[in-house]
Amino acid sequence: MSPDTPLKIGAYELTSRLIVGTGKYPSLEVMQLAHEASGAKMITVAIRRIGLDGANGKTMLDYIDRRRFRILPNTAGCRTAKDAVLTAQLARELLGTDLIKLEVIGDAETLYPDTVETIEAARELVADGFTVLPYIIDDPTACKRLEEVGCAAVMPLGAPIGSGLGICNPYSIRIIRERSGVPVIVDAGVGTASDAAIAMELGADAVLMNTGIAAASDPVAMALAMRLAVEAGRTAYLAGRMEKRLYANASSPMTDLIGTPR
Amino acid sequence: MIGVVATINGQARELAAGITLEALLRELDVAGNAVAIAVNQRVVPRARFGVHAIGEGDAVEIIQAVAGG
Repeated sequence: MSPDTPLKIGAYELTSRLIVGTGKYPSLEVMQLAHEASGAKMITVAIRRIGLDGANGKTMLDYIDRRRFRILPNTAGCRTAKDAVLTAQLARELLGTDLIKLEVIGDAETLYPDTVETIEAARELVADGFTVLPYIIDDPTACKRLEEVGCAAVMPLGAPIGSGLGICNPYSIRIIRERSGVPVIVDAGVGTASDAAIAMELGADAVLMNTGIAAASDPVAMALAMRLAVEAGRTAYLAGRMEKRLYANASSPMTDLIGTPR
Repeated sequence: MIGVVATINGQARELAAGITLEALLRELDVAGNAVAIAVNQRVVPRARFGVHAIGEGDAVEIIQAVAGG
């Protein structure tokens, strides 16, 4: 068995194929323990205005050890390419990273991405020197367009953000993987360990999740479960699964059974 | 002294004329290395906080990293 190769995203290499978020945890201490248990090397944060009422104490950056974790800022909540581009530029100035999880939302209830604005923002950000990881619908054509404008990866959703519905359209994820020249990271929808394993078995290069861990009753235990599931799914993908068949195929010999005539 | 009116994170505020971004952050009790700032849709590098003066009608966005996925 040959060991897995690191995941390459643009100029970056990651030894973990699980990327985790910082939202919705019951406490920052639980979040830190969950990050540890997940084995993740990359962690997402959001970018928001500061409050003007003087209540600015510690920020999220005080809870992430940047010697051990790479930060992936996002443009979550942006509704236009223009806002997403400026948010990315602010994130780069704040964090000193050219990595950006590009998210341009097209609908408030489903949080489905706005494909047109996402592609436009991706084009501008690539031209501005960013390593762009766009959240996108599980659409092979949209993913291809994003690859063509120079994104370092594509991040199709498994299901709506925070829904925990799992990988709703496994065939799309498989087609996206088969046709993509850049890493495919399933972003959003993973609710439990089997969802993560399925994403990886389909050939996803990595999985990005937040709520699946943070909203579990025990986020630290779920972080470990997700780590194991991503590793199991990845290993199974590399191992190459058996072909499915409609009828049984005995594992034990069908001859020399007792009580049968010779 | 005549002040300037600028929009800080969406709120109109009256500020001292010639106030720099660094002075504004001090007034807001915010550490410069915890934020990034855009003025009129353009990022101002941190190294320029001390010299960039806020002008009349400027739209200033001050952001930080927060929890998210």
